[in-house]
Amino acid sequence: MFYREAGDFKTSYTEDNQTFPIKFDRYRYYAVLLVAFAVVPFIINDYWVNAVFLPFLIYAIAAIGLNILVGYCGQVSLGTGGFMAVGAYACYKLMTGFPEINIFFHIILSGGITAAVCVAFGLPSLRIKGFYLAVATLAAQFFLVWLFNKVSWFYNYSASGQINAPERTVFGVPVTGAEAAPWAAYLFCLVFTFISAIIARNTTRGMAGRKWMAIRDMDIAAEIIGVNPLKAKLSAFAVSGFFVGIAGALFFSVYLGAVEVGEVFGITKSFLVLFMIIIGGLGSIFGSFAGAAFLVLLPVLLKNLLVGTLGWPTDLAAHLEFMIVGALIVVFLVAEPHGLAQLWRVAKEKLRLWPFPH
Amino acid sequence: MKMKLMTVAVAAMMAAGPALADLTIVDTSYRTGPYAANGIPFSDGYQDYFTLLNERDGGIGGEMVNIVECETGYNTEKGVECYEATKGEGALVYQPLSTGITYQLIPKATSDGIPLHTMGYGRTSAKNGAVFKYVFNYPANYWDGASLAVTHILDQNGGDVNGKKIALVYHNSAYGKEPIRTLEELAKKHGFELSLLPVDHPGQEQKSQWLQIRREKPDYVLMWGWGVMNQVAIQEAVNIRFPMENFIGIWWSGSENDVKAAGDKANGYKALTFHNLGSDYPVYADIQKHVVDAGKAAGAGDQVGTVLYNRGMYAAMLAAEAIKTAQEMHGTAAITSAQMRDGMENLEMTEAKMAGIGLPGFGPEFKVSCENHGGNGFGAVSQWDAAAGEFKLITEYFQSDQDVIMPLVEEDSSAFAAENGIEAGC
Repeated sequence: MFYREAGDFKTSYTEDNQTFPIKFDRYRYYAVLLVAFAVVPFIINDYWVNAVFLPFLIYAIAAIGLNILVGYCGQVSLGTGGFMAVGAYACYKLMTGFPEINIFFHIILSGGITAAVCVAFGLPSLRIKGFYLAVATLAAQFFLVWLFNKVSWFYNYSASGQINAPERTVFGVPVTGAEAAPWAAYLFCLVFTFISAIIARNTTRGMAGRKWMAIRDMDIAAEIIGVNPLKAKLSAFAVSGFFVGIAGALFFSVYLGAVEVGEVFGITKSFLVLFMIIIGGLGSIFGSFAGAAFLVLLPVLLKNLLVGTLGWPTDLAAHLEFMIVGALIVVFLVAEPHGLAQLWRVAKEKLRLWPFPH
Repeated sequence: MKMKLMTVAVAAMMAAGPALADLTIVDTSYRTGPYAANGIPFSDGYQDYFTLLNERDGGIGGEMVNIVECETGYNTEKGVECYEATKGEGALVYQPLSTGITYQLIPKATSDGIPLHTMGYGRTSAKNGAVFKYVFNYPANYWDGASLAVTHILDQNGGDVNGKKIALVYHNSAYGKEPIRTLEELAKKHGFELSLLPVDHPGQEQKSQWLQIRREKPDYVLMWGWGVMNQVAIQEAVNIRFPMENFIGIWWSGSENDVKAAGDKANGYKALTFHNLGSDYPVYADIQKHVVDAGKAAGAGDQVGTVLYNRGMYAAMLAAEAIKTAQEMHGTAAITSAQMRDGMENLEMTEAKMAGIGLPGFGPEFKVSCENHGGNGFGAVSQWDAAAGEFKLITEYFQSDQDVIMPLVEEDSSAFAAENGIEAGC
């Protein structure tokens, strides 16, 4: 009944190649966008922004970035936290060094700087694969965190080693710092998430994405049919680093406002983003969103349910939260090893036939 | 998936709703994670004191206190979530018990007009109330701690530490880095040699740091540790047979949990404190009677009288006294967070006041003012007595080196004011 092609005629290649070729799917997508851009900003408050929407949007960008590297190009990376730190510190240095330039460009530049760093740490991928590469990127994680702790130039020689985001405005509206209105911070991140998702979606279904997937599926075969592994792998590291860097910059400047590298961008962050894409679905943009939503919203939801509604002790709730989230991850992956994205795909197939399954 | 989850979340939040009471105190505790061993007793003490006031006196000034607990796990992201979730309920004051979360909350709380009390932690230069209007760190701060430790070492060496080697083992975070500036200044002033040994979160791995200490043989080791890091450091010090009386921890590295694991060998370990220890005070009888025996204790009730329980209770007592001050100033029992700020800024702790609430001589006397949000920097040194199983005060309360600290506070706070466009003034 839903998601049917019947009666949905395409008269040009552009129409045929669009991201959502099915009319129903497309309208659903427009509806989500409309709600996200035109409804949510009016009803959002501090709590929803800081506890739910900002982390969700920012982790979604990070997950998209990592998904390009791991899901599309097949290069396992455990350095996401370190690369997010590069984005955050680049953003901090740019914000304090060039206060007259708009924060929007600082964040994009931070993404560019992270891309360069990511490429440098991606060089070993040309010789090592799989678990060995994971170890090399793990080294990046520890090295980068150590670097930002050790070299005080990165935190402008402040006594505590913390970086603090000064107030910056876009069109005269503050988006960073304590005075930022919830809707402004939300819209600022939403714009980045929206653009990142569009870029990622279109890169992955274009030539670059096909090269990455060829490398992922079998690198020797890909090389034989003419894919340059050097370019393909390093471009995946660069694009991935760009998105992860943007996520790190937003995480620091808009979401947290003050960051301590060891705590915020530690190894747990790398694993968290990796879990997001595994649960969401490797090689899927929707999966990145689904995974981020799952791991950001579920703990908040459980906490509100257990402590707020049921009035349980906070420590019991915190421990149960770990157990429930862990159990759900196992259950989801047993039920559908390809993640939430595959679940969604299957659901769509079922809906097409519903209510006449034969 | 996402939408469905959110619908449920909305439903859960609606059902939760704020519990309406007049004086809301938020306890951002951590009873889970690598810092739980220290977080639990503090939180128990903090909550039990307010419960005592509710049960025994019917609240403060006739208004009941509503305690809202929120678990942060010592994690800044969860700390922010807690702050945003609870500030709408009319929270009067936040006591985050985490330097990382404090740095997050300073701009947010200032903008929302809710005072922060970072007792003995947080941003040291918040002592300058002309810049940090909503942040209080009385009665002592990290720089006082650094200076107190050095003063104690000076006392032991007859006032001369020239050429001595002092090593600082610190948690590699904003918390651990705070004292470095002051120690560097003090090293210049007194001519000792300072070496820095960072330990990364959470601090279970310290072999290399203690190997270095074994090699360099510093005369004294100072420690800025928290959570599991303290236990590991003290065990390592025992392992390399470092003389425990030359090992001095900041007040956050001096609780029973930290030393007990190392057994009898930890005997003689020293730690600073800015309040008294033990449970030999009238208020404990009341806590036992009205809170623990009545089954209303926040935790298991087994922490009463431990160092960190006392500290949590001391923090609650200072908050309650500030509430009383605010109630007198504004002539209303149901105060707001802005009035609470005034109460904190005009708080005066005297001997008579402390004796009146059943805690005679429990902490130093001090008076908060707009210029000075940090007290006078008095502290004492305590020493672990393994046989008795308790920390004992071995010095009187003495003052930190204000000549060194005040210029640093001035410098750091004016840098903050310039960075954030704050106009300093009282």
